[in-house]
Amino acid sequence: MIAMLLAGGQGSRLGVLTADVAKPAVAFGGKYRIIDFPLSNCINSGVDTVGVLTQYQPLRLNTHIGIGIPWDLDRNVGGVSILPPYEKSTSSEWYTGTANAIYQNLRYMEYYNPDYVLILGGDHIYKMDYEVMLDFHKANKADVTLATIPVPMEEASRFGVVITDENKQIQEFEEKPEHPRSNLASMGIYIFSWPVLREALIKLKDQPACDFGKHIIPYCHEKGNRIFAYEYNGYWKDVGTLGSYWESNMELIDLIPVFNLYEEFWKIYTKSDRIPPQYIASDAVVDKAIIGEASEIYGEVHNSVIGSGVTIEEGAIVRDSIIMSSTIVKAGTVIDKSIIAENVVIGENCKLGVGEEVPNIVKPDVYAFGLVTIGEDSVIPDGVQIGKNTAISGVTELSDYPDGILAGGETLIKVGDR
Amino acid sequence: MRAIGIVLAGGNSSRMRELSNKRAIAAMPIAGGYRSIDFVLSNMSNSHIQKVAVFTQYNAKSLNEHLNSSKWWDFGRKQGGLYVFTPTTTPENSYWYRGTLDAMAQNLNFLKSSHEPYVVIASGDGIYKMDYNKVLEYHIAKRADFTVVTADIAEPEDPSRFGVLTVDRDGRVTGFEEKPINAQTSTVSAGIYIVRRRLLIELIEKSMQEERYDFVKDILIRYKSVKKIYAYPIETYWSNISSVDAYYRTNMDFLKKDIRDYFFKQYPDVYSKVDDLPPAKYNVGAEVKNSLVSSGCIINGKVEDSILFKEVYVGNNCTIKNSIILNDVYIGDNTHIENCIVESRDTIRANTDYIAEDGDIRIVIEKNERYAL
Repeated sequence: MIAMLLAGGQGSRLGVLTADVAKPAVAFGGKYRIIDFPLSNCINSGVDTVGVLTQYQPLRLNTHIGIGIPWDLDRNVGGVSILPPYEKSTSSEWYTGTANAIYQNLRYMEYYNPDYVLILGGDHIYKMDYEVMLDFHKANKADVTLATIPVPMEEASRFGVVITDENKQIQEFEEKPEHPRSNLASMGIYIFSWPVLREALIKLKDQPACDFGKHIIPYCHEKGNRIFAYEYNGYWKDVGTLGSYWESNMELIDLIPVFNLYEEFWKIYTKSDRIPPQYIASDAVVDKAIIGEASEIYGEVHNSVIGSGVTIEEGAIVRDSIIMSSTIVKAGTVIDKSIIAENVVIGENCKLGVGEEVPNIVKPDVYAFGLVTIGEDSVIPDGVQIGKNTAISGVTELSDYPDGILAGGETLIKVGDR
Repeated sequence: MRAIGIVLAGGNSSRMRELSNKRAIAAMPIAGGYRSIDFVLSNMSNSHIQKVAVFTQYNAKSLNEHLNSSKWWDFGRKQGGLYVFTPTTTPENSYWYRGTLDAMAQNLNFLKSSHEPYVVIASGDGIYKMDYNKVLEYHIAKRADFTVVTADIAEPEDPSRFGVLTVDRDGRVTGFEEKPINAQTSTVSAGIYIVRRRLLIELIEKSMQEERYDFVKDILIRYKSVKKIYAYPIETYWSNISSVDAYYRTNMDFLKKDIRDYFFKQYPDVYSKVDDLPPAKYNVGAEVKNSLVSSGCIINGKVEDSILFKEVYVGNNCTIKNSIILNDVYIGDNTHIENCIVESRDTIRANTDYIAEDGDIRIVIEKNERYAL
């Protein structure tokens, strides 16, 4: 079985966090990136041939994956291959949909000529043994198997749900149904028997924005293919919104987290740039936190996830926040409930996350949850106050803050089109 | 680069007490995330020495595990690479390495088949950063036969566990004594040498005929009046860890900001094997002050002026003070550890005290069942 990992999406609901990086390359849990989870699942499941389809802002993703050394995916045969869209002699097009992207890489799959193809997304946090799912697929002599997860009935209308018979064979699909008849939600993970996938992709090659959920699966269903639902019952978290991203990071610091990174079994691998240990100074206070390598803490950290190479200076207080790698929080600054991306400098005596919660003016559905979100490489000047549901990106100066304040609900974007 | 590298990592010392039962000194864990040999290997790599041999002998299990891939230090290129030479028997030879020189002699082909004109020989128990090219330039400028890197040591370090040198104004070595009872100077050999490859081969072959097996004693000291030996003083941080006191002190040095910045933040980096451990986790009740904490640790108690290596678990209501806890140690609840070095993979039971007087260092080795606590 080979895997095709769809990593080309922007993840626009992550706002400034994905301004310069694709969503799968966003940092998670102190030292990881989101794509580390499906990649580690692959190698832990014995899948050693993985095509990673990239499109949106692939630089960080490309440098992170490299030749796959951290995941043991540097192989003589197979291994990891980055598959960007490419120019063809008669046409050139971007990946227009999930299935279209896979179709454009038909030759990659034909080269390996596998028995089965595993289709994965790059935006979920979970540990899953794809081999068990493959055994299920084989035992049912299935043509297609969907991984599904039981969700609370009241939330089922946010998902694509499947209705199965007693043998787990799928009878019907409902996409975001108003009155769901089942709570088995599709996880966007599919195993196809290769000839079935190949036939469907070629048949639907002219379908605009060809998508697995909308076109390929319904096509297979109509054709009478045997489609089964594999039920997964572990931890599975979509980190598609800033709220769920923040929440799933925070879950890691529970005393015994539901999603445990500390188990010897089923390790999550990542590219580690830093080796030195972290230093906690004499006046520092750290309780309930996870902290990455080479960080230096001189201030206070409560209930937070801190990446590697972060400096929290004297007198600074960080609460309920996510701070990604290489960021500096200068002396006397107080940070509440914020997400701060990589390589940010926050000046002295700032206050982040102050005041009442008001909806964001530009993108109320993105910058919500009472969070302050700061994009990578941003600079925040000394002494400013920043309200809730705000977003900042770029090198900002004191003059960008009227009276030294960025009021709740404001968005301050200095560079590029975001 | 104009040199190949040889790392002497076979050694053991009774001054390491029980710590050396488990591993060669070169494999001693240092500063939370490293092993001693990482420093010399990183220096070689950063000096663009591409072909490096490591001679191991004494209890090399940990060392071999650590050297499982040469990619960590960016060796393993098509040109050059990392060669680990453990003693083997051959039709001509059935001895262990009878000394550092014998180790080179038994692997003479490594020296003979290289084409680089110089050899950098360094021990695996030094903690320092150094560009060997600078030493080589000095070596060439002085038209030296041998160059020995020297360090000036001060209290509380004891010169009598080193090679002690007297050096004239020009930098030429005029006296060289190995581990003298009464040291005349505080200039000691840092265990880093440069020599022309052909000269080394010549002297090795001669010494083997004379059944002399030690590089320092039988080459440097024996030839010191007929060969030109120059001293190159190291001005930056240098420490040798081959005694429990020095090992403890060197680790504790990393709690100082200037030393931490020098090794962790300034160019060039020190490399090590990557362990794929999660970030350190602090639970409610953790109280950490002036300490280094490595990845994979989970802390529930109090840690002060200490160094926690990788995957250390500190239970509730513990107090760890002035101590070094090596890799993968489990410390049960309500335990008090002070002025100790806790051996790796130990399991410390709940409600126990391990306290040494200030100035003493107690080595704690506890092989309890971890999961029957």
